[in-house]
Amino acid sequence: MPDAAAGTPLHIITLVKSVPDAQLERRFTEERHIDRSEGVLGELDEYPLETALRIKETAEEREIRVTALTMGPTGASAAAKKALQIGADDAYVLTDDALAGADISATSTALRAAIERIQQVSELDAQLLVVTGMASDDGESGAVPAQLAERLGVHLLSQATSVELSEGRLVVTRTATVEQQKVSAALPAVVSVTDQANDPRYPNFKAIMAAKKKPLTELSLTSVGIGPTAVKPRAQVLTAEPRPPRHGGTVITDEGDAGVQIVDFLQKERVL
Amino acid sequence: MSAVLVYFESVGAELTSAQQELITLADAVGEVQVVTGSTTSDAVHALALEGVHTLYTGEGEIHAPDPAVIDLLETAVQETRAHAVLARNTADTTDALARLAVRLDTGLITDGVGLSHDLRVTKSVLAGSYTTTARVAEGRPLIATMKPNSTEPHLVPGGAPEIVTLPVTAAAAEQLRVLERTPLEASDRPSLTEARCVVAGGRGLDGDFGPLEELADELGAAIGASRAATDAGWIDHAAQVGQTGVTVSPQLYISAGISGAIQQRAGMQTAQTIVAINKDEDAPVFEIADFGVVGDLFEVVPQMVEELRRRRS
Ligand SMILES: Cc1cc2nc3c(=O)[nH]c(=O)nc-3n(C[C@H](O)[C@H](O)[C@H](O)COP(=O)(O)OP(=O)(O)OC[C@H]3O[C@@H](n4cnc5c(N)ncnc54)[C@H](O)[C@@H]3O)c2cc1C
Repeated sequence: MPDAAAGTPLHIITLVKSVPDAQLERRFTEERHIDRSEGVLGELDEYPLETALRIKETAEEREIRVTALTMGPTGASAAAKKALQIGADDAYVLTDDALAGADISATSTALRAAIERIQQVSELDAQLLVVTGMASDDGESGAVPAQLAERLGVHLLSQATSVELSEGRLVVTRTATVEQQKVSAALPAVVSVTDQANDPRYPNFKAIMAAKKKPLTELSLTSVGIGPTAVKPRAQVLTAEPRPPRHGGTVITDEGDAGVQIVDFLQKERVL
Repeated sequence: MSAVLVYFESVGAELTSAQQELITLADAVGEVQVVTGSTTSDAVHALALEGVHTLYTGEGEIHAPDPAVIDLLETAVQETRAHAVLARNTADTTDALARLAVRLDTGLITDGVGLSHDLRVTKSVLAGSYTTTARVAEGRPLIATMKPNSTEPHLVPGGAPEIVTLPVTAAAAEQLRVLERTPLEASDRPSLTEARCVVAGGRGLDGDFGPLEELADELGAAIGASRAATDAGWIDHAAQVGQTGVTVSPQLYISAGISGAIQQRAGMQTAQTIVAINKDEDAPVFEIADFGVVGDLFEVVPQMVEELRRRRS
């Protein structure tokens, strides 16, 4: 059967975030925002990119463009460049001073405006599929995809562990609270994928060279058509205190009685 | 007193400990109203508690990913004029509350571990390295998801709540259709996120969770795992503790054959007491363990089991 949607191009917009490296010390600024002055492409954002690229590679008869979109401080373009190296066709970086300290609400508002702007300028007249990670590696709320779907007025399929396009519809396996679900939905949609979804690829030398020629566009709030009041946070962080680091306690080497010693310790700590 | 709406995905014959905690938290900041998309006939008995006034449901079952869940929540907020909406921090409830926050044009705070009288939410962020307090903008309702094991449940039996059916039904399945449902494996053990004690194993188990099962039996513990163990298929993915698994804050976390990578630590380092067993003395897990044993888990764990049994008898 011919693919019903084969004639319509598909525009996959993947959201990627520049996050502080989790292997290094991460901290809050004096304004109680997570310090994002230096960042890397979030590990969890490699999975949605891979999902997008696989959809593109398997649907030969359909025009598919994979766009990476990131919102963040000036340095965030590094994450967008990495996405281009991994395989995105083009990339957009939304940067604006008014977005410093953006909460979930502000982030989803700005991303919605950016996505609508990108659709306009891309002149593809395509169906829209937004693919995101399951959460950002720093804020970790996992709530932006749902808010974005609500604002765009499109379907939400979150926590996907597999994503396929079949006869123009999305078929997703997802992990719900008490069950595994296989769900089918019409486009447009927002899909968030987990780290169970695939094994992300690494860019090779050729891809890294090719990425240099791919378009990378900077966006501001003005260019996506919204003002600073639209992105006023609806939640504010009042205090951010570093937790006293956990210290290692006693470490013993087993000399044949370590099991008994653990039980002694548990009894002493009254956790039995 | 203004209302606090508590959302449960489903309510059965007995409340889970996480549900009991939510009611306890809500009761401290307002008049408790419960809304759910799925109830059994015994739900009203489970909710026969002092402070719980009303149980709101829709017409028929309403489950994620059906967006009617958000209609149900929105209608319940209108009905109760709640100044706060609380729920557990599962992915499905986070989605629902996130979308509700858009409709109500208010703030969302996820993964709270504490709630103050003036609706400030405490949470642990950046893999447990910071504690923050946050609140939503003045004059708007608080929408928050809370982690289990955040408070001690304190409930007093009371009269049955009034049941109110709201005019919300499941959405037509044409656009968004669930083709298949497979229940996640149920276990007789306490649920991982709610358990007071978690016994977790990693690659060092080499495919054999047997010794940990026995230890968990002795301690009444839930079983957790590292991603290496779940990826290898030795145990269900639902057991994964960490950044992309579940976050646990039990009283006791026993880690065996797990190196303690940052992604694993993100899910367990707010445990009260951590015990680690690893044969590599340089394993990073020892940096956060209150009691560490450098040794072979296949010797240490069975000895623990034996000793626990001996002391019990
Ligand atoms: C995006 C992303 C998300 C991730 N999310 C998670 C997550 O949520 N949770 C998670 O756990 N990991 C996660 N990981 C993986 C994480 O980085 C580590 O790879 C993983 O935690 C390692 O698991 P492990 O400690 O069991 O295995 P290893 O690191 O291989 O450690 C095994 C340990 O067992 C010890 N050992 C071996 N045999 C014995 C024995 N007989 N007795 C005692 N000790 C023994 C070894 O000394 C070693 O320290 C994630 C990774 C990525 C990239």
